Amino acid sequence: MTATASTPTVAPKTARAPGPKAPGRLRAWATRAPLLPALIFMVVVTQLPFVATLVISFFDWNALYPDARSFAGLDNYSEVLTDPDLRKSVLTTIVLTATVVIASLVIGLGLALLLDRRFRGRGVVRTLLIAPFLLVPVAAALLWKHVLYNPEYGLFNGLLHWVGGDGATQPDWVSNTPLIAIEASLIWQWTPFMMLILLAGLQSRDSELVEAARMDGAGPWQVFRYLTLPHLRRYLELGSLLGSIYIVQNFDAVFTITSGGLGTANLPYTVYQSFYQAHENGLASAAGVLVVIGSLIIATFALRVVSSLFREEASRS
Amino acid sequence: MSTAVTRDKPRTRTPLKIRGSAGLGLAAWLAGILFFLPIAWMALTSFHSEEDAATNPPSLAASLTLDGYRDFFGAGGGASPWPSLINSTVASVASTLLVLLLALPAAYALSIRPVKKWTDVLFFFLSTKMLPVVAGLLPIYLFAKNTDMLDNIWLLVILYTSMNLPIAVWMMQSFLAEVPVAIIEAAQIDGARLPTILTRVVAPIALPGIAATSLICFIFSWNELLFARVLTGVVAQTAPVFLTGFITSQGLFLAKVCAASLVISLPVLAAGFAAQDKLVQGLSLGAVK
Repeated sequence: MTATASTPTVAPKTARAPGPKAPGRLRAWATRAPLLPALIFMVVVTQLPFVATLVISFFDWNALYPDARSFAGLDNYSEVLTDPDLRKSVLTTIVLTATVVIASLVIGLGLALLLDRRFRGRGVVRTLLIAPFLLVPVAAALLWKHVLYNPEYGLFNGLLHWVGGDGATQPDWVSNTPLIAIEASLIWQWTPFMMLILLAGLQSRDSELVEAARMDGAGPWQVFRYLTLPHLRRYLELGSLLGSIYIVQNFDAVFTITSGGLGTANLPYTVYQSFYQAHENGLASAAGVLVVIGSLIIATFALRVVSSLFREEASRS
Repeated sequence: MSTAVTRDKPRTRTPLKIRGSAGLGLAAWLAGILFFLPIAWMALTSFHSEEDAATNPPSLAASLTLDGYRDFFGAGGGASPWPSLINSTVASVASTLLVLLLALPAAYALSIRPVKKWTDVLFFFLSTKMLPVVAGLLPIYLFAKNTDMLDNIWLLVILYTSMNLPIAVWMMQSFLAEVPVAIIEAAQIDGARLPTILTRVVAPIALPGIAATSLICFIFSWNELLFARVLTGVVAQTAPVFLTGFITSQGLFLAKVCAASLVISLPVLAAGFAAQDKLVQGLSLGAVK
């Protein structure tokens, strides 16, 4: 998107005496050279495929009928935008991402506050809390689908059975509340991550300042509201940014728990399905391009947040 | 690990405060157990026989057996997980090495002797991370199909490298930036050449950060599903794709599912527990120290 910003500075200089400038330019390229392999690699592997997606999105192209390929203009886009399933998956993506990010931030904040004080076995508790984040995502989704949610022998219904006896209700969690079932599993996985970031934030708080506020008679709530929360702001922003990047693109949980059924298909799943199962290359590409446009809007905002996060660091140059 | 979270200065406490924080400590313990319970339950179930695993209410006292693990490793006649575990290892280790090879020089050019407008370049790398994977998946699939690269583990190596490279450049940039420029200049004045400076001055300071970066790249590659699901089939199948074979297994193989999930998660769990602090610092792109 913002390609190599350094190249234009070289061009105008070539008009003037090239001889004496050569060593300087050589040195500039020597500084730049270590950067080039990584840059070229990223452009080739991530940007070129996207350009290809953009081109394909203007064609009517079903992979099962390769000879019937034709230019379709904006037809794919209008079809995608009027398709109720796709509109629904846009909404699902937004709801899923927002719910998971907000809930795991709030619970993570609570846990971080609990873990910010000394108590016996704090290291053990921290390790227990991190475990959900370290489980392979597919394994975590399988755990929720089979071991916890299963209506016949899942742990949740087992607990209901223990508490309520033989007459206890035995709900089918995934069928009754499919989206909440996916959200719960993702919140369980992402809360530890938010907790770790916020805990690091709490540890960097100036404890002298808190002591001083306490001396002046500030209660715990006032300390939290006027000292802790403002201090944690950048950590909360960082957590929501990184959480959003990963949860908007979630495929594993949706694919494993519901296979996109029962109204839980999010955009990544829908795009996957429209070309991998329906073989509608043109439509899938148009949907993909729309996902990118949506992401760009979020990313523009997010990068602004990140730049404020890294402002101190950037001032070094 | 607990040393990192301990404050240097002990707080003085009134008796009332101590009682209050004992209650809060208990709450923290409860939360920790609650979050860990599903994993503990999965571990217990993996040691039960399939009959005991599928009872309601669940049986805590059922006898323990290794049958779930035996079944998972193919003793019961099912597909062996070894090829997929080997594929995952190859894809994760090879792409991590490739990431290091590309990211180290780039991070050097962005921190120790920064190019002009180095923050713009850094943001370019991060912006590629915000480009959704699905936006490029179809052309990559078509390319692989037309060049006979489908079901080839080396295609995954390339893609995992592109997936992790932006994060690695960010992380290593922040780790290398911790090397004081004054030390490097002093070494230069003493007549040290670049290779000597890199191995004697930069490497010792940056090595823990480089290790953490490698670990995170390894974890992300090991966990990846979408690329692996679309671009591999039989030969190059990775461990998460192998796990998706259990998605529809209704009831019959619960102990096997649990054993499989735990075995495949083991490398990530071990790596993650070993480097808890570095993990946050890395995942937050070095912004949280």
